[in-house]
Amino acid sequence: MEHILSILIFFPLLAGILGFVVDKNSAKAYGISVAAVEFLLSLWLWASFDTTNAGMQFGEFIPLISQFGISYNVGVDGISLFIVIMSALMTLLGIILLDESKIANMKNMIVSLLFLEMTMVGVFLSLDAIIFYLFWELSLVPMLYIIGAWGGPTRVYAAVKFFLYTFAGSLVMLVGLLTIAYLYHLEAGVWTFNLLDWYQLDLSVGLQFWLFLALFAGFAIKVPMFPFHTWLPHAHGQAPTIGSVILAAVLLKMGTYGFVRFSLPLFPDASVQMIPFILTLSVIMVIYTAMVAFAQKDMKQVIAYSSVSHMGIIMIGVFAMNAEGLGGSIFLMLSHGIVSGALFMLVGVIYERTGTKIMSEFGGLASIMPVYATVFGIMLMASVGLPLTIGFVGEFLVLLGFYEVSPLGTVLAGTTIIIGSIYMLTLFKRSFFGPVTNEKNRNLKDLNARELTALLPLVAIVVWLGVYPKPVLGPIDTSVKKLLVDMEYKARTPEAKETIISLQRAKEEK
Amino acid sequence: MLEPVKISLEALNLATLMPMLIAVAGGLIILTIDLIKENLHKSLYVMLTVLIILIDMGATLGLNVNDRGFFDVMLVDGIAIVTQIIILVASALFIPLALTSKRFHEYSYPEFFALFLFMLAGLQFMVSSDNLILIFIGLETSSLALYTLIALHNRHNSFEAAVKYFTMGALAAGFFTMGSAILYGLSGSLELNQIADALQARMIEPGMLALVIGGASFLLAAFAFKLSLFPFHTWAPDVYEGASAPLAGYMSIVPKIAAFVVSMRIFEMFIKLNVEWVQTSILVMAVITMTLANIMALVQEDVKRMLAYSSISHAGFVMAAIAIATTKSNSAVFLYYGLFMFTNLGAFAMLWVSRHKHKVHHARFDHPYEKFAGMINIMPMGAVVMALFMLSLAGVPPFSVFWGKIYIMSSAVDVGMIWLAIVMGINSAISAYYYLKLIVYMFLKEPSTTITEETVYYNVSKPLMTVLGLTVFATVASIFFVDPLLEYITHMVQVSGY
Repeated sequence: MEHILSILIFFPLLAGILGFVVDKNSAKAYGISVAAVEFLLSLWLWASFDTTNAGMQFGEFIPLISQFGISYNVGVDGISLFIVIMSALMTLLGIILLDESKIANMKNMIVSLLFLEMTMVGVFLSLDAIIFYLFWELSLVPMLYIIGAWGGPTRVYAAVKFFLYTFAGSLVMLVGLLTIAYLYHLEAGVWTFNLLDWYQLDLSVGLQFWLFLALFAGFAIKVPMFPFHTWLPHAHGQAPTIGSVILAAVLLKMGTYGFVRFSLPLFPDASVQMIPFILTLSVIMVIYTAMVAFAQKDMKQVIAYSSVSHMGIIMIGVFAMNAEGLGGSIFLMLSHGIVSGALFMLVGVIYERTGTKIMSEFGGLASIMPVYATVFGIMLMASVGLPLTIGFVGEFLVLLGFYEVSPLGTVLAGTTIIIGSIYMLTLFKRSFFGPVTNEKNRNLKDLNARELTALLPLVAIVVWLGVYPKPVLGPIDTSVKKLLVDMEYKARTPEAKETIISLQRAKEEK
Repeated sequence: MLEPVKISLEALNLATLMPMLIAVAGGLIILTIDLIKENLHKSLYVMLTVLIILIDMGATLGLNVNDRGFFDVMLVDGIAIVTQIIILVASALFIPLALTSKRFHEYSYPEFFALFLFMLAGLQFMVSSDNLILIFIGLETSSLALYTLIALHNRHNSFEAAVKYFTMGALAAGFFTMGSAILYGLSGSLELNQIADALQARMIEPGMLALVIGGASFLLAAFAFKLSLFPFHTWAPDVYEGASAPLAGYMSIVPKIAAFVVSMRIFEMFIKLNVEWVQTSILVMAVITMTLANIMALVQEDVKRMLAYSSISHAGFVMAAIAIATTKSNSAVFLYYGLFMFTNLGAFAMLWVSRHKHKVHHARFDHPYEKFAGMINIMPMGAVVMALFMLSLAGVPPFSVFWGKIYIMSSAVDVGMIWLAIVMGINSAISAYYYLKLIVYMFLKEPSTTITEETVYYNVSKPLMTVLGLTVFATVASIFFVDPLLEYITHMVQVSGY
């Protein structure tokens, strides 16, 4: 199918617009059907994807504003393929988990989710800087509504903070993008925002540095890097379950994806130059937020902070500048999406039953809700990176890759596994084991069919990709290696060429 | 004895005057109809006015580019034509807003429509000339008509607004004549191109620069009044609040784009003469205008006042483009206003839809934020439409204003003013807050008990819905017509030599 990418992007949009007409009571079923079709389409994309081809596939190119070089330009490679599939999957499962009796105005929720899905898929598939920016900004709007309309008591504050924080950062990024386009215009004489053309652009190290910083403003806030992470706990704290799931699973990945798609290949020298800076921030982010997570009393906040902490590991992997680290971090983006998404779902499940997320309210849940405790346990293990779960693969690869850059940093970052297991196991112990401390909890029902439908596929994926990650790692690796070769080829300074370990160099050394 | 003036009719090139003459004739026809038969319904006059605007548009589109006429005082260059088109489109969208379901005082007078057409003629004269006297006459004709249109709204704060605008306008007119007089004294001419030549020749003379700066300052002050730039912006929020909502929206676009074109003609002359002072002070004014207006808009309790401040801020954006003075930035001025027109008119039209004769929601304001609380539950379509306008104004892609914004930012980057682009970016982020505030009220707050569909959808009628539909369509679908629009504008700006 020629236009599969456009279909993937605009099918949810069309479905969202038509969704206004659907009756309120049928809205959830409508949402599930649409999201399921979208997910199947994304699987079809995987099936027809050529795993040996490292470049962009299924490309489409339609000039929109030819004078200014803006065009509708999409394509998929091993890096974006699985993130798109993950976005479609998490949207589908998130919609399945929605409780019709708890969510007022289900139709608006479904419509916003479908719009959100369009923007998420669009961000990961765009190869034109302005179209990328367009989807990037548009993704804020439905999320603003989801947090603001269905969130907790201070939801409006959290939603507006989320919007303004990201909006401000991305406007600085926009100036950076416009500058790159101008520099390209100087060099080549034509205006273009086509990313693949930009990759050919040779920039001086000084320019790279400033442009890197401009784009950093946009991406770092989205990730969120320490010290720009303060919006996230608010957003998670107030967002409804579905909002947290999508936010943690997909929206944060836009930031790290931006680094991989824009910063690394466009500014290889600056990226190498910035490694110490990024790594310092990331290691602080990993350790600091892990400790903050340990201090939380609210279950959801623990998971929110642990999610930030793991984003730090992803950042470390992105800037390890070798195939293991970069490939591992992209795999970790997927596993983080699945695991933290699932954990937020699980917290949502218990919150729906009891109306509280405070850990001290629970205790001994394992005896009352054994299935729930088991699923929670598996996800928790995956989160701390236990071998044979999905979390292990990415984390191990990242740390392995990072070891070549900085052994000390690896040790520091590796402590996250220890701190992570401490706070996660504490959470698990306090809530699930021991005597039942709260009498009200005695009558809690275990997972019902709706919740199992949403959670079991995730459990299956966690185990499947933990044991046999190759089908996913293979295509990622192919594209990552190409990226590194391109970067090394493009790098100007000898230090950069030295640091970027592409496949070719690895072979030569052997 | 004076020699008799001999001029052939062809040399006058009356075709250049056609658009204005059509507008004037249209105004006279409306007055004549009123003379013959009284108490005709306003819909007749509305439709007549729309038809006259359309004929006017036809005449404008038929003009030859870079044509001079009427003793060489008329200059129909590319930017004159583009501006006239923008003015006429905005007018054609504005006039049907008179057809509300409720009666409003001003529309019962046919004079309203006649004055409106005279104002149109004045604006068209103003933009298609490089003669300072004709510019002045056009400016004053249009302004006097506009003051009256505001006062016709017949509420005490409309009178206040009209008087305020009138006094400020009179002061600005004084400044304009002072500035022109200095330039005339220096160059012995009132034609901008001849002034430029004369000044160029005398620039090296000692003390000349100070005099040129003096003349430029007076002109800058005059246009800063018209464009509501800091520190001459203080009248704007009160006048916008006093005027009826559609007229306020109209005022934020049409007189401003006309004043922008004249500023472009005048100040780019100074910039080309290397009077750096002009460029610097325009930049400073533009930056302060957008920032200050944004900050003021944050604390407004009334949506109309918020939109007034936001219009000031947008004017600051565009003024910066004039200081950049490249073909790209000048094209950006027209692109920005061509797109901003739809969004802003639409937003003000939404206020008009919800306008009451009496202040039902708040003792002081017509359109407090509370009025829109929970609108999504009462009238989802209205809320979505208003939210689209707000997002567009905030510069969220792919809605219309975004394209103008990136084009201006990009032209700032092109001349190395990255700081300006960043200031614009930060200002967009600040402005997002107050636009979001309205969205938050509409989507995230519970409606107050007094609000029903009638209280918000008060004034609605089919013509209003049509205008809203057109503006929403232009706002949302802008991504598809920016390309031809930009091509046309750039071509027109280029042939005019800007």
